[in-house]
Amino acid sequence: MSIDIETAARVAKLARIRVEEDALPALAQEFSNILGFIEQLNEVDVEGVEPMVSVEPMRLKRRKDGVTDGGMQDKVLANAPDVREGFFAVPKVVE
Amino acid sequence: MTDLTKLKIAEARDALRKGDVSSVDLTEACLAAIDKADALGAFVHKTPEIAMTQAKSADARIKAGDAPDLCGIPLGIKDLFCTKGVPSQAASAILNGFKPEYESTVTSQLFDAGAVMLGKLNMDEFAMGSSNETSTYGNAINPWRRGNDDTALTPGGSSGGSASAVAADLCLGATGTDTGGSIRQPAAFTGITGIKPTYGRCSRWGIVAFASSLDQAGPMTKDVRDAAIMLEAMCGHDPKDSTSADLAVPNFEAMLTGDIKGKVIGIPREYRMDGMPEEIETHWAEGRKMLEDAGAQIRDISLPHTKYALPAYYVIAPAEASSNLARYDGVRYGHRAKLAQGDGITEMYEKTRAEGFGKEVQRRVMVGTYVLSAGFYDAYYNRARKVRTLIKRDFEEVFGQGVDAILTPATPSSAFELGKEVTDPVEMYLNDVFTVTVNLAGLPGISVPTGLDSQGLPLGLQLIGRPWEEGDLLNTAYALEQAAGFVAKPTQWW
Repeated sequence: MSIDIETAARVAKLARIRVEEDALPALAQEFSNILGFIEQLNEVDVEGVEPMVSVEPMRLKRRKDGVTDGGMQDKVLANAPDVREGFFAVPKVVE
Repeated sequence: MTDLTKLKIAEARDALRKGDVSSVDLTEACLAAIDKADALGAFVHKTPEIAMTQAKSADARIKAGDAPDLCGIPLGIKDLFCTKGVPSQAASAILNGFKPEYESTVTSQLFDAGAVMLGKLNMDEFAMGSSNETSTYGNAINPWRRGNDDTALTPGGSSGGSASAVAADLCLGATGTDTGGSIRQPAAFTGITGIKPTYGRCSRWGIVAFASSLDQAGPMTKDVRDAAIMLEAMCGHDPKDSTSADLAVPNFEAMLTGDIKGKVIGIPREYRMDGMPEEIETHWAEGRKMLEDAGAQIRDISLPHTKYALPAYYVIAPAEASSNLARYDGVRYGHRAKLAQGDGITEMYEKTRAEGFGKEVQRRVMVGTYVLSAGFYDAYYNRARKVRTLIKRDFEEVFGQGVDAILTPATPSSAFELGKEVTDPVEMYLNDVFTVTVNLAGLPGISVPTGLDSQGLPLGLQLIGRPWEEGDLLNTAYALEQAAGFVAKPTQWW
């Protein structure tokens, strides 16, 4: 399968990674190579096979629905690039 | 006592308990060795103060007679593990400056057992790579060279720094993680032992996530006994990781008898790949003979879907990565791009991720985004998950027929040159061809150094075990280790 430049640009947009326009043809080519490799999976007969959802069959543990953690605003914010008045600060989102 | 850094964990443990050596001595020796080994690019954040504090309390604990096996043992920690107050970047620029406010479960367990942290170890960015060339810190270098040829070789990846550090005797053991072979391939390239336990044995909490259904932590050590000791301390149920198994952790070391009489060892015919170097094939045959001579019964087996493991992996791992790495958006931690006038939040995300992620990480995130996108989810992602079911079933069938362990080569070659132009990423992906099936099936796998190739570089063999039977697997590995008698060490040039 060959990926065109438009698709490469769309995927980059979806992934929220800025790719300059002049880098798109090479990216599209790389995607095509990787997807070409993946296409081998089409040779496998998967009729009636369930997709794997859990690596080892285990029942998920249950616990009481209660607060187990919290009250550490300073720690939560400690690594943030921009913090104001106890919040994560980002560029304006709503006009 | 000379050459303290060359001690194995078991030897150091015994010497510490006898009072022949102190953890402070051991730790100082390792720190000195690390400072002389910057050329290897293994340790990327050194933590001598933490190490000395931990060593002193370990000595006090040993004196008081309360000393678990790892008490006082100096270790290196892969940069993928979050360590409280110490940079933990997954070798990525996007986590520049990140110092976790918490400790991963695995490192907590190691430190509770008295282990000493010497520092953080180099790796491929977000554990994506097989040569340690995608790291923001630069390459880790293999201490092994081809005879007198000083060409720099890769220690493998992604746990390249861990492998290099253990092989060069900078630490007594190191943590690694393995998503498609990232413990076993570098172990094989550097002549050390590395085990990836069954999925769910070690808690993933606090380990930077790459592909959550494939990632497992494990030890990288100088021999099988050390792997058993260190693995036991790393394993165990953790309520903070819902996929961690609530199973008792056996005393793995006590299971090392070396007796494998009557064990059935499978040799999968599909692992004989086209174009595989003859040396690898010969080496594999020698391993088969060693196990046979040790009393095991050898059986040719078939794992028919082997060929599809790599393509399935390169759908599933990027898909999970694209989701896991969505959190790096420049808001809560790490790097944020400088914004231009008028840039909004979308520009912030896009510029931050373009600047912070390296090329291979970007590529995998985008491939993952593509295979999960509307219209392709069934064709790629769901199909890959179905193939994964078939790969796991292949193993279940042979184990059901009485096979105890499976012997394969660990890697398709010995360590290769750093900086070789890789124009096609798929070429690099082929490094994981023998190891990736094990992650897809969630099984335990171990790489044991068993010989040198014609260039004087180490080669490893892989043993694959039944789920949750790491003890039995380690014992088979121990028998193989005894038979191979691999003792070679790299000549120090650094």
